This record gives sequence, structure tokens and C-alpha cells, in this order.
Amino acid sequence: MSFINYASREINCKIVYYGPGLCGKTTNLQYVYQKTAPEAKGKMISLATETERTLFFDFLPLALGEIRGFKTRFHLYTVPGQVFYDASRKLILKGVDGVVFVADSQEERMDANIESLENLRINLQEQGYDLDKLPYVVQYNKRDLPNIVTLDELRRELNPTSVPEFEACATTGEGVFETLKAVAKLILIDLKKGR
Amino acid sequence: MAYPQMVMYDEEFRQINAVIEKLLREANAKVIFLVDKNGQLITGCGETERFDTTSLASLTAGNIAATGGLAKLIGEKEFSILFHEGEKDNLHISIVGGRVILVVLFDSRSSLGLVRLRVKKASEELTGIFDRLMKKAEEKERSGVQEFPFAEITDDDIDNLFS
Repeated sequence: MSFINYASREINCKIVYYGPGLCGKTTNLQYVYQKTAPEAKGKMISLATETERTLFFDFLPLALGEIRGFKTRFHLYTVPGQVFYDASRKLILKGVDGVVFVADSQEERMDANIESLENLRINLQEQGYDLDKLPYVVQYNKRDLPNIVTLDELRRELNPTSVPEFEACATTGEGVFETLKAVAKLILIDLKKGR
Repeated sequence: MAYPQMVMYDEEFRQINAVIEKLLREANAKVIFLVDKNGQLITGCGETERFDTTSLASLTAGNIAATGGLAKLIGEKEFSILFHEGEKDNLHISIVGGRVILVVLFDSRSSLGLVRLRVKKASEELTGIFDRLMKKAEEKERSGVQEFPFAEITDDDIDNLFS
């Protein structure tokens, strides 16, 4: 849940990037980090193995500016995508305000996408959240690769509820900020409703 | 939802800061900060400018979450105190009132025993303040008093953030 501090006039929100192993969650954060002005970002933390696989999480704090006199901060987290890190994934979803599901567009990763999305739903339920009620967007990553699944099929399998969706290539940054902006906007609209 | 919305008001913020400033003096600590279990920094005192408190908050919450997971695996509810000993500096991390994390950074000018003793007393005070804070937030929500600053935001406000 977001944390509203009337004393220091700040609002903090937590965004989690979810998806199968090697789909590009960390790459999304790295691109955001590279392209954000130094005064708007904090240090990016990656708890990764020696082979650069995410072990626990990546963390990137962003201070985007003020809305109605309140400093608005977003804390971006990724989960470890590999199947056997499920216990860690559950922990990172605690207190989430918005979710980005990063799908790997390659044909051979379709099963992994579906499994990860199912896993997201279950892990959210365990924490008392319903994915259909959370601010949530889908990103189809790696659109630059040759062996990719069509958008229609991705949509059918991974976005049956038609939430905002974006094609992306996280290594070049295409679609990265569009995705972030969309989920941030959904979170703020959700806050506006006062829940 | 799993947790109620975390809200902080001026009055409680002052009280909380007074408690941790007292703890800083009495425990001879270098830095103290309070973190929400979700990883959001609530407040801090002492030599905070020397540290990246946002990252510290996030990692502390991750640490508490991971050890909490370990605790459940062995049939414990949680481990309410963690202690990390370094060559110079040490971290004493404890859970206050079931939902907030109190982090005390101290060096050889203090001792684990002293920190534990003082933290225990401060924890009781903090628990009282956070209980009142939660009640206040619930009452405000129930009575429909909405001072919520975001109730009137427009799409333009949101778009401006990203310009």
C-alpha cells in the first residue's frame, strides 16, 4: 500500500515488475535508471548472483515531482523470475500498489509466460490482492527478436482482461517509459478514488 | 486489501521523532530510522545524511521479509530482533508493534546490551503512538473526513509528472 506522509508531504508507491526468468525485468529498471535525471533517482540496488541473475530483487527509487504540493515517489522493484525463487517473489509483492507483467515475446517462452502470470495471480491472492483490481499493465518485451509470437496470440494468452499493454525492447528502451508511465498513472488514479 | 493504508500526521510524526531522538541519545547510537514493512522510510535521525536511507529502508524491509519467511518455515511467527555485527558499525533491527521496523546503527561507543535495553523501552512508546495513528486514520476514513490531497487531481497533474 502507498504510504502517505502528511507531515513531510510525501506519497510513496510501490511498483513491482513481474515475469518469467530472463524476460527483461532488470533491463527495464536499468534503462529507467540510465535515462532518469540524477536528481530524480536514487541508487539502483541489484541483489543478483555472480552470473547477474536476480537473486532477491532489484530496487530503484524515483522521485518524479510534486502533485498538489506532495512529493510523489515511486519505488520500482523486480522479482527473481526463475521458478524456484517463489518464496522470494511472494515477499516482494507485499504492499504492492501496481504491477507490470513483462512477457517474453519469443515463441519458446510462451509456456514460461503463462506459468509466471498464473504464479503472479496466486501469489497476489495469498497476500489478499486481486490482480483484476490492482493497477496493472502488460509489456510484451523483446519485439526486436526474429522468432516472436504475434501480438494477437500474446493478447489472447496473457491479457484476456485487456489491461493497458505495450510492445517493448527493453535493451534499446523502446516502450519502457510508456509502460512505467501507464502503471504510475493507474496507481495515481486509484489513489484519487481514495480506495 | 492485505494492509490498511499507511498514513502519517504531523502530531504523531513529532511524537515519533521525539522518541527516536531520545533513543539516539540514550543508546549512544549513530543513526536511527523507522521503516514501514513494505520498505518505505518513515523517518530517521542522527547522521542520516551520511547514508543512503532510501536504499537502507528497502534492504531492511527485504531483510525482515526474508527472515520472516525463514521463521515461518521453522514454525515461528517472526524473528522480532535481528543483529548484524560489523568491524566498526553494527545494526540492530527490531519489529515494533508488528508492522514497523526500527533500525539502530551504532559503533563501539555503545554496546549491544545498552541498545537492546533502550530499544525495548522506546518500542513500547512507539507501539502506543502507532496504535493511536492507526485508530486515527481508521476514524477519519469512517467519518468520511477526506483531507486526501489526491482527491482533486486531474489528468494534467499526472501528465505533468512525466513531462
